[in-house]
Amino acid sequence: MIDQAGQEAAIAAAVAAWPEGVRREEGIDMPVLIVQAPLIRPVCEELKRRGFDMLTDLTAVDWLPMGKVPRFEVVYHLFSTRGMWRVRLKAPVGEEDPVIDSLVPVWPGANWPEREVWDLFGIRFEGHPNLTRIMMPDDWEGFPLRKDYPLEGTERPAPIVRE
Amino acid sequence: MGQIAMDPNRPFFLTKLEKIAHWAQKNSLWPAQFGLACCAIEMMGTAATRFDLSRFGAEVFRASPRQADVMIVAGRVAQKMAPVVRTLYDQMPDPKWVIAMGACASCGGVFNNYAIVQGVDRVVPVDVYVPGCPPSPDALIFGIMKLQEKIAMGKNPGAWEGEVLPLKVEAGGR
Ligand code: SF4
Repeated sequence: MIDQAGQEAAIAAAVAAWPEGVRREEGIDMPVLIVQAPLIRPVCEELKRRGFDMLTDLTAVDWLPMGKVPRFEVVYHLFSTRGMWRVRLKAPVGEEDPVIDSLVPVWPGANWPEREVWDLFGIRFEGHPNLTRIMMPDDWEGFPLRKDYPLEGTERPAPIVRE
Repeated sequence: MGQIAMDPNRPFFLTKLEKIAHWAQKNSLWPAQFGLACCAIEMMGTAATRFDLSRFGAEVFRASPRQADVMIVAGRVAQKMAPVVRTLYDQMPDPKWVIAMGACASCGGVFNNYAIVQGVDRVVPVDVYVPGCPPSPDALIFGIMKLQEKIAMGKNPGAWEGEVLPLKVEAGGR
């Protein structure tokens, strides 16, 4: 059974604590909070204290084709294993210096998803214990999931041919 | 050369040493046991009872490249995997052959993007290309038989046919 009231209370508390920095929207599947990037860690700590104990997803969106400013959005899906609640957080991140606080201190499981977002979108996570590429080769240049990254024709010379 | 005593009452035949070596090689191909993607499932099916690759002497999949002499590249080769494939190839003892199984290993297939090597022939010399996505087990068996023909003809194993250059396309162009 989903405890609707508890979910609302937890989300309302997060909005009330930072009236400037957190805005509530309705998503088609779950409530959405637009969080200013510098607030992401305190907001997540607050939500975790209030029952959202699990980070189920962490990814990013590049809004370049839509011309949205700021260009990137880091998206977090939180879940409460007790109340079966869900909430989605979106944190806009600018193009010039794409950086946001790491959530590894809050949920250790954020480690690899954050590396993935760094690898493919080039968004840095401040305070991440090991922010290195996770999927592409270590010496790869560029961030392939950015919308201005060429889809093809980026192939490098044959990797190694040992004599 | 010493003299060979021959008993004219016994049957004998004459051949070239090379020829008999090729004959032996072609009938006991030992593939390296690794698969890179969906094509590998068909490769497993090829080795299993229904298609029974052992009928053609090529069923001894070896888990170590040191014991293998044919490499079936079954699947798409990721950029990150390419150096590994090359190392496996280098570790195989001569003579050795390579089969590019499937569209991906042959030319990148549907994955014309940043992540996939556009054909394993950029990394290792390929003897036989088997088309299909994935090729059916019969197609792989056909490829192996083509390789056997090639070996029987004594074609230089693993010869680079021409120069292999990385494809450079203008960004966004096809
Ligand atoms: S050719 Fe088709 S089946 Fe084979 S690896 Fe590529 S996508 Fe998979």
